[in-house]
Amino acid sequence: MQPLIEVRNLRFRYDDGTLALDGVDFQLYPGETVALFGPNGSGKTTFVHHLNGLLMGEGLVWVCGLPVEKKNLALVRRKVGLVFQDSDEQLFMPTVLEDVAFGPLNLGLPREEASAAAKRALEQAGMGQLLDRAPYHLSAGEKRRVALAGVLAMQPEILALDEPTTFLDPPGQRDLIAVLRRLPQAKIIVTHDALLASALAGRAVFFQRGRIVAAGPVDQIVAQFHWDPRWESGSPSVPESEA
Amino acid sequence: MHHLVVERWSRGDSALHARDARVKILLTLAFLIALTTTPRISIAAALGYGLMALAAVLAGGLPAGAVLLRVAVVLPFSATFAVVSILAGDSERAVALLVKSYLSALAVLVLAGVTPLPRLLRGLESLGAPRFLALVVQFLYRYLFVISEQAQHMRLAALCRGRFHFRAAAGAVSVLFARSYARAQGIHQAMLARGFQGRTELLSPARAGVADVLTLLSGILVIVALRWALEALR
Repeated sequence: MQPLIEVRNLRFRYDDGTLALDGVDFQLYPGETVALFGPNGSGKTTFVHHLNGLLMGEGLVWVCGLPVEKKNLALVRRKVGLVFQDSDEQLFMPTVLEDVAFGPLNLGLPREEASAAAKRALEQAGMGQLLDRAPYHLSAGEKRRVALAGVLAMQPEILALDEPTTFLDPPGQRDLIAVLRRLPQAKIIVTHDALLASALAGRAVFFQRGRIVAAGPVDQIVAQFHWDPRWESGSPSVPESEA
Repeated sequence: MHHLVVERWSRGDSALHARDARVKILLTLAFLIALTTTPRISIAAALGYGLMALAAVLAGGLPAGAVLLRVAVVLPFSATFAVVSILAGDSERAVALLVKSYLSALAVLVLAGVTPLPRLLRGLESLGAPRFLALVVQFLYRYLFVISEQAQHMRLAALCRGRFHFRAAAGAVSVLFARSYARAQGIHQAMLARGFQGRTELLSPARAGVADVLTLLSGILVIVALRWALEALR
């Protein structure tokens, strides 16, 4: 089976000289969900930003058979829907409906179709009742789901979610997990949350200093790196902070 | 928060709320021109313009007391100039300054109170204001709340560790500036990720109906009639 995402030997250095990715190899296959674990600053978010060309490093990144390069950006961004860690950054239009329609309008859909696509996406995310609300009146959980709808409205084949449960209360987390379970897209989930990962992901990879140092079933990776926040005597602390 | 109250008003459902934003902008503009070009503010003039603005407040279903009180924030500024005028022996000009500034602010607040900001900006844009400007105001308005919340958190954090004195405030401003810059970059990335290519399309363009045209014509007629009557009374 051909992978939806194929990354080979990806390296990226920020302008300040920090080496954020140091030779990453990764594949994502249709229908699967992969959790990206790793300490803060290990390169997970930087990696995800390469998948739709927000960042471009050395190495190869292919999305649905297309190399991620300048001439393919519009198409690649349609294929990979990125849900950001901070929903406030993603919800910039004055009303929920307009925000969710932002993507479809950028794709060149006529207004009626864009509006219909936005409404469908809001239904999918369980937010169909909030069309005319202003984003800053929403709760954290609602914002996250509207941000997800904004991405779903572009009908992506792959969803990349960056820390999707941050700031959500347990019911909000459960709602989000239920919504994500129903979505057919292949997913990449950057998270520290072992519970979320085991609820959604079939496998996990572990980032350390800009490299993937382990891959396997979620439980195995959680055990190998002591990635469960519950304290046990003898649990090691996080490996020293990284670039 | 101030802008949240006006925002709540602007989402009302009066007949004025239902009118096309461009009509309301043009009427406000006509009112402001008539008011500012009235050379002498007699009692009749103050009453005429005041009643007109008050009629708009009532037609918009806005809470009159709260609106009139809120507009009073402009008075300290204009009062300063009014005092200067009185000291210069021109008390008539002082009264004109106070009345004109108060009624102008009232007109603008009524406009903002009966028109949601997105429609107001869209209206300004279709009347020829640069789209870029409208976009900047829209973003400013959207993130004002986020940034002020952040400032509030920083103030609380500073208070927890002592008092919030001038140096802490100065430091907080610089941190806020840096954070706003980082946030702007984040927003830009989020826009790019959703296919932004330098132009935003609008979901619902403004459309003016018969009621809008009638409102505009009758509104302009009343304003011009008042201005003309005041001229004739001189």
